[in-house]
Amino acid sequence: MRVSVSEWLKSGTPWVWLNAGAVAISLIMVIGLLGLIAVRGLEHFWPAQVLQAKTVAPDNSTYVVAGEVVESEMVSAVQLRSSGVQLADDIDFAERYLLKVGNRDITGSDFTWVLKRDLKEPAYPEEIIVIERREWGNFYGYLDSVSKDGQIITGSDQVWQAFQDVIDRALGIHDDIYDVEKSEIGGINSRFERLRLRERGYEIRNNGTAEDFADIAARRAELDAEYEALQVRLTELYNAFNRDSISVRTANGKIIEINLSKVVRAYQPNAMGLIDKIGFYFSKLWEFVADDPREANTEGGIFPAIYGTVMMVIIMSIFVTPFGVVAAVYLREYAKQGVLTRTIRIAVNNLAGVPSIVYGVFGLGFFIYFLGGHIDNLFFVEAKPAPTFGTPGLLWASLTLALLTVPVVIVATEEGLSRIPRSIREGSLALGATKWETLWRVILPMSSPAMMTGLILAVARAAGEVAPLMLVGVVKLAPSLPLDGNYPYLHLDQKFMHLGFHIYDVGFQSPNVEAARPLVYATALLLVAVIAVLNLTSVTIRNHLREKYKALEV
Amino acid sequence: MMEPPSAPGKVDFSDPKFAIRRRARRLTDHGARWAIGMGGVSVIIAIMLIFLYLLTEVMPLFSGASMHREAYYAVPAEDGDGATALLAMEEQAEVGLRVTEKGNAVFFNTRTGDIIKQESVRIPEGRTVTSFASGTPTSGLFAFGLSDGSVVVLRHDYKITYPDDKRLITPLLKYPFGEDPLLVSQTGKSLANLTIRDGDTSLMLAGSTADGKLEVMRFKKEENFITEEIMLKPEPVELPSVSGEITSILIDIRQEWMFVGSGKQQLNVYNLRDPGGGLHSQIDLTDGTSVSTIDYLLGGISLLVGEDNGQVSQWFLVRDEANQWQLQKIRSFEKTADQVIQIETEQRRKGFAVAGNDGAVSIYNATAQRTVLTQQVTDSKIKRVAMSPRANALLVLDDKQQLGFWRVENEHPEISWSVLWGKVWYESYEEPDYVWQSSASSNDFEPKLSLMPLTFGTLKAAFYAMLLAAPLAICGAIFTAYFMAPTMRRKVKPVVELMEALPTVILGFLAGLWLAPFVEHNLPGIFSLLVLTPVAIVLMSFVWVQLPARIRLAVPDGWEAALLIPVIIVTAWFCLGMSETIEAAFFNGDMRTWLNLEMGIDFDQRNALIVGLAMGFAVIPTIFSIAEDAIFSVPKHLSNGSLALGATPWQTLMRVVLLTASPGIFSAVMIGFGRAVGETMIVLMATGNTPIMDWNIFEGMRTLAANIATEMPESEVGSTHFRVLFLAAFVLFMFTFVVNTVAEIVRQRLRIRYGSL
Repeated sequence: MRVSVSEWLKSGTPWVWLNAGAVAISLIMVIGLLGLIAVRGLEHFWPAQVLQAKTVAPDNSTYVVAGEVVESEMVSAVQLRSSGVQLADDIDFAERYLLKVGNRDITGSDFTWVLKRDLKEPAYPEEIIVIERREWGNFYGYLDSVSKDGQIITGSDQVWQAFQDVIDRALGIHDDIYDVEKSEIGGINSRFERLRLRERGYEIRNNGTAEDFADIAARRAELDAEYEALQVRLTELYNAFNRDSISVRTANGKIIEINLSKVVRAYQPNAMGLIDKIGFYFSKLWEFVADDPREANTEGGIFPAIYGTVMMVIIMSIFVTPFGVVAAVYLREYAKQGVLTRTIRIAVNNLAGVPSIVYGVFGLGFFIYFLGGHIDNLFFVEAKPAPTFGTPGLLWASLTLALLTVPVVIVATEEGLSRIPRSIREGSLALGATKWETLWRVILPMSSPAMMTGLILAVARAAGEVAPLMLVGVVKLAPSLPLDGNYPYLHLDQKFMHLGFHIYDVGFQSPNVEAARPLVYATALLLVAVIAVLNLTSVTIRNHLREKYKALEV
Repeated sequence: MMEPPSAPGKVDFSDPKFAIRRRARRLTDHGARWAIGMGGVSVIIAIMLIFLYLLTEVMPLFSGASMHREAYYAVPAEDGDGATALLAMEEQAEVGLRVTEKGNAVFFNTRTGDIIKQESVRIPEGRTVTSFASGTPTSGLFAFGLSDGSVVVLRHDYKITYPDDKRLITPLLKYPFGEDPLLVSQTGKSLANLTIRDGDTSLMLAGSTADGKLEVMRFKKEENFITEEIMLKPEPVELPSVSGEITSILIDIRQEWMFVGSGKQQLNVYNLRDPGGGLHSQIDLTDGTSVSTIDYLLGGISLLVGEDNGQVSQWFLVRDEANQWQLQKIRSFEKTADQVIQIETEQRRKGFAVAGNDGAVSIYNATAQRTVLTQQVTDSKIKRVAMSPRANALLVLDDKQQLGFWRVENEHPEISWSVLWGKVWYESYEEPDYVWQSSASSNDFEPKLSLMPLTFGTLKAAFYAMLLAAPLAICGAIFTAYFMAPTMRRKVKPVVELMEALPTVILGFLAGLWLAPFVEHNLPGIFSLLVLTPVAIVLMSFVWVQLPARIRLAVPDGWEAALLIPVIIVTAWFCLGMSETIEAAFFNGDMRTWLNLEMGIDFDQRNALIVGLAMGFAVIPTIFSIAEDAIFSVPKHLSNGSLALGATPWQTLMRVVLLTASPGIFSAVMIGFGRAVGETMIVLMATGNTPIMDWNIFEGMRTLAANIATEMPESEVGSTHFRVLFLAAFVLFMFTFVVNTVAEIVRQRLRIRYGSL
């Protein structure tokens, strides 16, 4: 032994190593967590092989299961025996699979646990198809025939091609229906509502002339006509939409009919090559970021949540940047060190340390019920008793988060200001510039990257904050986007969807948590990626800035 | 394009043009100074605004009630229609009702006393009214006992219509069980002490005869399927009589218990469900004074007993150790009068008003054991009082045959210091307890608004989080600031910043959906990991110093943390891999069941351990950054001096660096604790949110913050529940305010001290 135990103990080495261990554990936790989210989030879009096998039901009848293996785990025999499974005495553990078998309309549940032991004759038949549907989740099984415009197509060669054709057609019609329902009918509804408010306004203020009312009636008739026309068009579209259907058979032999209007996508995962799978992967990924959610948010995309988050963050930035920067400038450039500055610093620290839910409560009470209530009484009387700004919405959520993120901007800006060498200020002052001119022409431009850092950090914080938003404006499903083609285009009073809340809602409030889980991981990954990128950007900017100022100081 | 430098001409600074410009510049400069100063101060304004706003929302909880008289008029009455037996008001407190002992019902305008409608109760010929009973105020029922032992049951009801957009309330007198009197006395004798209790399935009527016999009749309700009419099927209930003069009879809401007051102070408790129909127990309600009135509190569970000396107390049945129901005195209320004339209960809350013999009315809340208000309402004696259903108006009938209509402002009587922070004996509970249960479906529910379980849950969550976070973060900070190689430090710090930036919703979601099942599945592995990781680290450090210098020197100083990463991963892999084997060997293959059966420890999947791990993760970077900063900024000459005197780096760290930086580390821990206390999403997602009080690491909790997040959206604006949630937010605010302020002051002091060193 080179070093004796007592010597080793006396040198304090084990303590140093224990401290090092703490760093190592923290690092492993962060990286492990990011890795976990990345793996779980990314694997969701990959088309999994569909396993088909014979298995035994509890009543000893055999049946066929087909599904994707989602998870496998070792279960102790004790647990299995206590749940009534017959196992040989020498077995300690048994492996079991969680299979996603879909067909919720037939079996009642998307998932099933099977013991590996019970799976007989496992196979990956190429003909097996997976159909993503608009309701009842995925279908797993075989395609028997396609009914295309009344004509039945069978035969293994043409049937798949025919199926793809009718899907493309149905998706095209679906897009048309979506356009009509969302933009055109949505636009008409919003104009109807504005007419109603105008009329109500006249009634309340008692200042409407006969012409005004006639005008309203005329416009309303016009809108009614437009609406009728759209309704006719919509009926036609729906008829076309419902034309085709397919006949499919589950692995267990049950035949069901699926209308093409219910089909989003169909594929044969076991027959796909690597290239096909990669293509499929990216199309799913695109669907995820660009589409609306389906089936109570457990399928489809998260576009409205991304959109809502971005809108909120932008509006918040408009409020938070000037406020934070001015406060930082005051602290660093104007204030004399004294009781006031110390108090401000304590206030900043408190703003940073007050629990976010308290901001939510404050926002709900002060912004929404107090400010919003007064705004409604002053400007939106005609909409009453329905509240306009007296209810949670985008503006109030942004304001609440602006208040919450102010300290982040202040601290970052202050850091940037403090690193600008004195000599630069003195140079400017010596040339006769006033303090304000020095600030405006020299200091602020130089510290703008620091402000940027602060803003980025604030945005990252706001994007991930959920607790206050639950009280001040976030909903699980917003009927329309906060910025759209209907007057007044930017709907500050509207409720919106948010990535962080989406995670909470889908992961914990969803009726089908198991099915929604991959989507939650994917959403979490997106959120973490955004926040990581924002943070690393701010770190880079800051480091860059430090180097620059160091160079200046020489 | 720059202009070519012109020859330095003469500049006349006294030129008015320059003067104006100078003035403008000076004004701008001053303006900017002011504007920026305002910007700086607005941070203080913001925090003050939050404080004051929360305070204004909370204050009404603790402000008392008030009442003022809006009208005073002669009792609306017919000549000689008898004494007032019942006073009541409808929902809006616009229409009042006065029912006399002779069977006259007068509906009147409560503001003016004008009679709206007058009706005599239809009593079959040849019989006279001998007694009167009123049902619960909510039901609107009242009954007249007739001379032949039968009873007429009536209900006052109100129809609201809006002719010409104006509210019109039309009072009605109904006979819900038909106009024919119901026969109660089997012997046909007239009844005294009549009582009525209506339920979903049956109606009960009871009274006592002049010879001290109890006559009780249960009418089963049977609905005729064709006409949907309700038929009453009488079923006599035989009960033994009591000694002494019967003074009152009460039946509880489930028609299980009957209470008969006899003599001065005795209460006889009958169990109506007991097939023997026996007397359950006999209790003395007072210490010698006589009972003047007994009535039910809202909900029909608690009895309010008013005594001749002005004392009012609350009683209900409690199951004792022998599993026997015993009527127990739960609490006494503050004495405000010398004698209780009437107890009038509220219809929506567990409150009541007591009319005293000195002309004063006192309003109480039973749960809060609080005297909300005592008000002199007349200079003569009070004969009757009536509370409106919304408890916002009071009718007072005095000895001068005058009626006073009083407005009552009493928004939050159910809150007192003891309700929020003390043990309260709630109805149907076996003992006083801390309970948070803010709402229920039924109307006569008693809100249980103790903040104790929530505060306890908050501290429990924060405690387990700090248990993980404080050692890891402080040790990590020590190593990073003092031992770590600068290159590695530059890589570690952004990772920690990223860790701080991770949204808590993601940590909460992983904790709830991934970590909780994982930990449940690998419980032995997790615990062996907690023990084995430090062992593995120490072992590695010993092995490392034994290695030949060639290998040791290949890794520069300050990279120990990197070396340990694979060691810890292998240890974790080993522990988790062994988990099932350990479980099979020591815990019968299932540690969870084992804990439950062998140790008697309850196990929830989402428990304090999960919260501790997830929230610990969230708090580590906060503590780490501040502590690292404090240690790193310890002036170098201090440690250099110590090292030069021959101390080892470890000794220098312990005796010099940590000692100097300890206030900074303290403030780091404080701020971390503040963050753990206020964290919402992690607790919301990683626990079951049950408000229990138990330190067990395998059970969940509900924290103040999570409680606000779950209940605030459903709370009615301005209600007591709403304000209590604001109070919870205010408590959180104040707590973190104190913690953060102290931490910041400590840090400011430290900065000054470092500066002077």
